[in-house]
Amino acid sequence: MDQPELSDCAQQLTQILTRHGRDASRLLQILRDVQDACHVISAQAIDLIAVHLAVPRVNVEGVAGFYSFLSTRPVGEYQVLFSGNITDQMLGQDELMQYLCNKLWVEPGKVSEDGLVSIAGTSCTGMCDQGPAALVNGWVLTNLDRNRLDLIGELIRSRKPVAEWPPMLFETADNIRRADMLLGDALAPGAAIGAVLARGARETLAEMDKSNLRGRGGAGFKTASKWSFCHAAIVEEEGHVICDVGGPPERVIVCNADEGEPGTFKDRVLLNSYADLVFEGMTVGARVVGASKGFLYLRGEYRYLLNRLEGVLKRRREAGLLGNAILGQADFSFDIEIHLGAGAYICGEESALIESLEGKRGRPRNRPPFPVTHGYQGRPTVVDNVETFACAAKIAEKGGAWFAAMGTAQSTGTKLLSVSGDVASPGIYEYPFGVTVRQVLADCGAEDPYAVQISGPSGTCVSWKEFDRCIAFEDIPTAGAFMVFSRKRDVFDAVRNFTHFFAHESCGFCTPCRVGTALQQKIIDKIHGGHGTLSDLEELKRLGHLLKTMSHCGLGSSAANPVLDVLAKFPDAFEHKLAGLAFEPAFDLDGALETARKITGRDDEWAHL
Amino acid sequence: MNKTITIDGLSVPFQEGQTIMDAALAAGVYIPRLCHNPEFKPHGSCKLCTVKVNGRNVASCTMPAVEGQQVLNDTDELNADRLALTQMLFVEGNHLCPACEKSGNCQLQAVAYYLGMMSPHYNHFYPQREVDASHPDVILDRNRCIYCELCVRASRDADGKNVFGLSGRGIQSSLVVNSASGRLGDTSLAATDKAVQVCPTGAILQKGKGFTVPIGRRVFDHHTIKEIQTGGGHD
Amino acid sequence: MTERQIRLATCSLAGCFGCHMSFLDIDERLFDLVELIEFDRTPLTDIKHCGPCDVGIVEGGVCNAENVHVLKEFRKNCKVLVAIGACAINGGLPSLRNNIDLWDCFQEVYQYEGGLEGGVVPNDPELPLPFDKVHPIYEVVKVDYFLPGCPPSGDAIWRFLTDLLAGREPKLEYEQLHFD
Repeated sequence: MDQPELSDCAQQLTQILTRHGRDASRLLQILRDVQDACHVISAQAIDLIAVHLAVPRVNVEGVAGFYSFLSTRPVGEYQVLFSGNITDQMLGQDELMQYLCNKLWVEPGKVSEDGLVSIAGTSCTGMCDQGPAALVNGWVLTNLDRNRLDLIGELIRSRKPVAEWPPMLFETADNIRRADMLLGDALAPGAAIGAVLARGARETLAEMDKSNLRGRGGAGFKTASKWSFCHAAIVEEEGHVICDVGGPPERVIVCNADEGEPGTFKDRVLLNSYADLVFEGMTVGARVVGASKGFLYLRGEYRYLLNRLEGVLKRRREAGLLGNAILGQADFSFDIEIHLGAGAYICGEESALIESLEGKRGRPRNRPPFPVTHGYQGRPTVVDNVETFACAAKIAEKGGAWFAAMGTAQSTGTKLLSVSGDVASPGIYEYPFGVTVRQVLADCGAEDPYAVQISGPSGTCVSWKEFDRCIAFEDIPTAGAFMVFSRKRDVFDAVRNFTHFFAHESCGFCTPCRVGTALQQKIIDKIHGGHGTLSDLEELKRLGHLLKTMSHCGLGSSAANPVLDVLAKFPDAFEHKLAGLAFEPAFDLDGALETARKITGRDDEWAHL
Repeated sequence: MNKTITIDGLSVPFQEGQTIMDAALAAGVYIPRLCHNPEFKPHGSCKLCTVKVNGRNVASCTMPAVEGQQVLNDTDELNADRLALTQMLFVEGNHLCPACEKSGNCQLQAVAYYLGMMSPHYNHFYPQREVDASHPDVILDRNRCIYCELCVRASRDADGKNVFGLSGRGIQSSLVVNSASGRLGDTSLAATDKAVQVCPTGAILQKGKGFTVPIGRRVFDHHTIKEIQTGGGHD
Repeated sequence: MTERQIRLATCSLAGCFGCHMSFLDIDERLFDLVELIEFDRTPLTDIKHCGPCDVGIVEGGVCNAENVHVLKEFRKNCKVLVAIGACAINGGLPSLRNNIDLWDCFQEVYQYEGGLEGGVVPNDPELPLPFDKVHPIYEVVKVDYFLPGCPPSGDAIWRFLTDLLAGREPKLEYEQLHFD
């Protein structure tokens, strides 16, 4: 039984390696395909890949072990991963996952005995406006309920290939509720590039500068500065200048579509319905900095968009908007390649993303040097968010002053918000910067709002007392997530969800984050279990300090935000759960005797604590 | 052209391209460290060498020295945070000093002594980790691994073998070796490899060499890690 | 005799009594010590239960239900609780079993050839029921001071106790602080 399967996989492996040109920088893409074909990345597969790519075996194993969607132990022929964001939980995800498990006779996190199915949780899949959501073999399922799970259970039991499942299971909606300058009127493909060619690269950079566009990924670095640093970068390799100021176009443009921040899904909508705008922005950037190579790093959860996006790229190549001599300009060549992620939030961090693009573990690099001078394969690299490129295209077309007229002084233009949670109309809301939280809540039909988690777990928890604050870099910066919790919710549940998220997504490189996020999770679970004390709260604050000040990257330094925010703003959420002020053991004493009770068959007074 | 930084008020010269750690080492200033070994490319993962530069924490082993930097190193606050990181390393693995041949010569233990660690403070993880005794001359005890990747770097950069690597993620990270069986004995590792010598803890040990130096004559029995690592030649 | 002697209790949980032996290694200084303290429950006095004390010193980790009862009695009765030795502080050598499934431990002890009880796992309530894992005592009760070592040397114990009894914050010399 096993032998034919193995040789079958070996054969597929050869095809996969050939398809990727035995290129080591495509290791992650290769492993994704192997996982798809074989439902496992076996030791033999790792051996073969290492030999064919001429890379050390440990590197292949290291990558295979890093990403959530790759597995060195077999998963089910059908792998169902339920999206575990707090908004999915609020919509009943836990109960639904158990329902499907019961239906298919499988325990969560395990593979059924016949190898048919495995069911587990995964980090937010970016479908918070149409949850509960899940992935089946990497394909997104939305609006799950018992009826749909009944059907899904039947399809799995009858071994129907996922490609033949009813399309309605995979339907996704954009849910654009408020459109402004970005989502409002469509850009004619080529309009922005044409404007750049007419105006000149240097002048376009000046327009970008005038627009005061700041990165939409949350950090808010000024885009024109990033582009000009990249443009000015001089790179030497073995004594030769390979990249000079504005010289040979060895630079790289990367669009960060690893939209992993729980509660954020606006890039999904941009890529689904505004892909031309995004690619146009990347091409504008390429002309400005002098790049010939572009990447779209698409999070694995959005693989359903891949074919569509490849189609857009193909159409743009045919229209002379990508490839050699763009719009007939002999010295302007630029093309875009799409790389898929494989379930690693850390790859949203720009230097980890670059590592991942190079086919490695997604581990943030030491900085300096920064990607703008030493990025993808040592080349000067611009990494910008999807929305940033969309804005850049608009600016190239309409000018910096037009853009700067919207929003606030320090936050020009508009912002896409991904609204989810306890609201009547979840979806995408585009506002000029400066909009108040209260206004957004009114527009989306929030039900008795109590708290809003803005910019996801790594962002800020805003209490009902602060609803007059506004969305802007001057006040509350955001990558776009806007999760609303009504008064009937327990914000502690959100804290617990986010704490688990960070522990699961920590890359493990640095001590404070690797151990600190896991310790934080333990303490939160202890409090959740009714065994917390005041000293546990003090310990959380101390861990928060260590995470914030000692971590290697933004994941670690923001991993305590949900805990510290809620401790400061909603102390009751914690204090109501405390067992008392005195010391409580770190673990469940009586529970830790259960195994011995089972073995000995004892249930006497002395067998309990 | 003498460029200098100050560390705790002391003027320390440096050359272009040096890190704060390089400058400190050259000047005999001790900055606690575990993943950094001057023979290998800086890594920056243990974070023990964190110093404060102009109000901001940075890893001194990877941060370039820049003219005029005011570096705070030996402060109560930083040492308290370093102690906490050391305690994290202790509870994350299974560090049973009384049963470890490296005891007395172990840098993790010595840093803990230096920082005055009286207990691991945090609750233990007691992870299940594999011990690999398959190699005739070397034992790999993952219970003691702190993910400094010195063996990874040494095997790759000095031995040219790539025997070691990291797999997994987060708290589930694990040290893997270069063989399909996953066994150290099936790799090309030799006891004379640099990778065997660089482990700061007892995770990688040469067989048959345990407890050869009696208690009282071990590296850190009478000398702090600060004395040893700034004394030159002992590192 | 001083007017008010300090009352001291000690016990060994999942430990080897090595720390107690090391305590005796303070040798003739014991004579100075008994001027200052009187013993409550210790293996030396054979008192079975701990009464109100100033200082409680606990050796060994927590490996079973009985350890918890003893430890809680110490915590309740002692103003200051001290964890002495590697086992009390991080589980020590008994925690080597934390890597082994408890069922495998039972099988090894009771069911394999040459085992006790004729191959049957005993269910006598008199036998302390073991935990899944061995834990340091600070994961079960609040601990005020730690004195590491396996065991801490007589000198370290003497230094620690004299500091504590004199009302100073105990502080060990570099060579007195060790984990082995």
